[in-house]
Amino acid sequence: MTASGPPALGVRGATKRFGAVVALDDVDIDARRGEVLALLGDNGAGKSTLIKCISGVHRLDAGTVEMDGVAVDPGSPAAARSLGIETVYQDLALFDNLDPAANFYAGREMTAPRWLPRGLRLVRRRAMVEATAAVLRRLEVGVADLGTAVGLLSGGQRQAIAVARAAAFATNIVILDEPTAALGVRESRHVLDLILRLRDEGLAVIVVSHAMDHVMEIANRAVVMRRGRTVGELIPRPETRQQIVSLIVGGDG
Amino acid sequence: MASDAGGTPPAAASDVARRSRTDLPSLGLAAMRVGPALMLLIVVIAAATLSPVFFTTRNVGNVLSQTAVIAILALAQLLVIVTRGIDLSVGSNLALSAVVGALVFGTVDSGPLVIAAMLATGMAVGLVNGAVLVWGRLPHPFIMTLAMLSIARGLALWLSGGQPISGMPESVQRIGGEAIGWLPYSAFLVAGLALLTLLLTKAVVWGRWIFAVGGNPDAARRAAVPVNSVVVSVYVLSGLAAGIGAVINAGRLNGGSPTFGELAELDAIAAVVIGGASFHGGRGHVGNALVGALMIGVIRNAMNLLNVNAFLQPIVIGVVIVLAVELDVLRERLEERLRIIQAAHS
Repeated sequence: MTASGPPALGVRGATKRFGAVVALDDVDIDARRGEVLALLGDNGAGKSTLIKCISGVHRLDAGTVEMDGVAVDPGSPAAARSLGIETVYQDLALFDNLDPAANFYAGREMTAPRWLPRGLRLVRRRAMVEATAAVLRRLEVGVADLGTAVGLLSGGQRQAIAVARAAAFATNIVILDEPTAALGVRESRHVLDLILRLRDEGLAVIVVSHAMDHVMEIANRAVVMRRGRTVGELIPRPETRQQIVSLIVGGDG
Repeated sequence: MASDAGGTPPAAASDVARRSRTDLPSLGLAAMRVGPALMLLIVVIAAATLSPVFFTTRNVGNVLSQTAVIAILALAQLLVIVTRGIDLSVGSNLALSAVVGALVFGTVDSGPLVIAAMLATGMAVGLVNGAVLVWGRLPHPFIMTLAMLSIARGLALWLSGGQPISGMPESVQRIGGEAIGWLPYSAFLVAGLALLTLLLTKAVVWGRWIFAVGGNPDAARRAAVPVNSVVVSVYVLSGLAAGIGAVINAGRLNGGSPTFGELAELDAIAAVVIGGASFHGGRGHVGNALVGALMIGVIRNAMNLLNVNAFLQPIVIGVVIVLAVELDVLRERLEERLRIIQAAHS
């Protein structure tokens, strides 16, 4: 974890209002390559708003998003993606009726021939299946049959497919919203291992989670938010756990 | 909560996982995926056994030509239903397109022009359906296309003065009524359109987007799929199908009538549903929609041959719809069971 140089992602003075509600109030965070940053806070603390501003769903009212020290504008989901930012939302945004390869490449299909308008081109199905299989192999996500619609997979496998899809296209940052919330113990284990693999591949990983055990296990740093502000940044360790919890609930002295 | 409570999977798990590809639910699922075709086969065998006339070339040609319009409407209705939509206006649209074609023929005796007028009318109606649905933010396509069912029928009656307008160019009559040997032209038209639809849904980016939009419209939007255009396009294609249906009908009967295509929308929807497409969207197959259309055609034909009271036909078709969907419900159950098996052994 080299802290030298500008971070992969830096948010500076982020402010976002919805009518009279201040969802984000002058928030700063850094996410570094090869590091898992946990974003913690109670419901309504502003975590979701913050990640939506980074992934182009919302626009900041004030403040900047920087990547490697350069100001960028993730003004739409497509813009964020082209900046190498991929987000796995809680609903996973999977196409249950389609197989893993079609899920990976929906909206960014491999196509030919190039002289046709995009919508009229033919999909290069085999190339997409092979590329998908390669990513799943690299990330050690086991799916028995790549021809199966993802709706037929288990909750853990679906989560793994969604994370792997993000990993396949993210060149800089992967954001995960409650990646283990809907999973059993063993399935959570697989997904946590997968997140650590993304970290080891040199991506900056941001995880929003309520599962303190999981945060303690995988996060290198934890930023705690409350009422739209960052109220603390700690290294998750057994000794700091109680401190983190009290920051989240607001009962600190 | 201790994080190691899950323990390790039992040693036998991997064996079970390997076997699970050929266990009972999987086999049942495989059988059910060809369910509609199997049902059609049973109906055809029954019809052939009960009536010696059924398998004569002349009767088969009859079935094909009577099924052609339903089949073409069903191909497009399939795309609409895949996007979680429905198009109730195709029957009325067919009548309007045929009337417009007949009126054009009244001024110019040009096959291509009359055909173009019918196709353009159909597509224009479809475009209005899609555009008002998407940009007028109507809550459900049922409403827009129900309104259009009324509007297009009314227009057809108004433009024709409520009377059939006879006369069609020779080329249109040939498409609608003539055959190569015993195979009607319209059957070739169906086959060609089915192949095009198959190509669209399996191999063309736009077709894949239709399935993505049906599977998860929000995710499709986030994935930068042009959701609105995709939705509008399926209604335009459905309108085009109505226009093609108008060419066939008008050609066969040598004229355009405002009563064409009455309840044709229900036949098309029934064919798609019998073919196992889901109203939840994202699922449906071109071959199965054709099978559904043929099923309706064969049942009607067989009952005619057997001199069964004509009033029984709609009852039988209704029962077939319920059976087919029941089969689909069973399939979904099996898929759910497979998912549980997979979850247990992943």
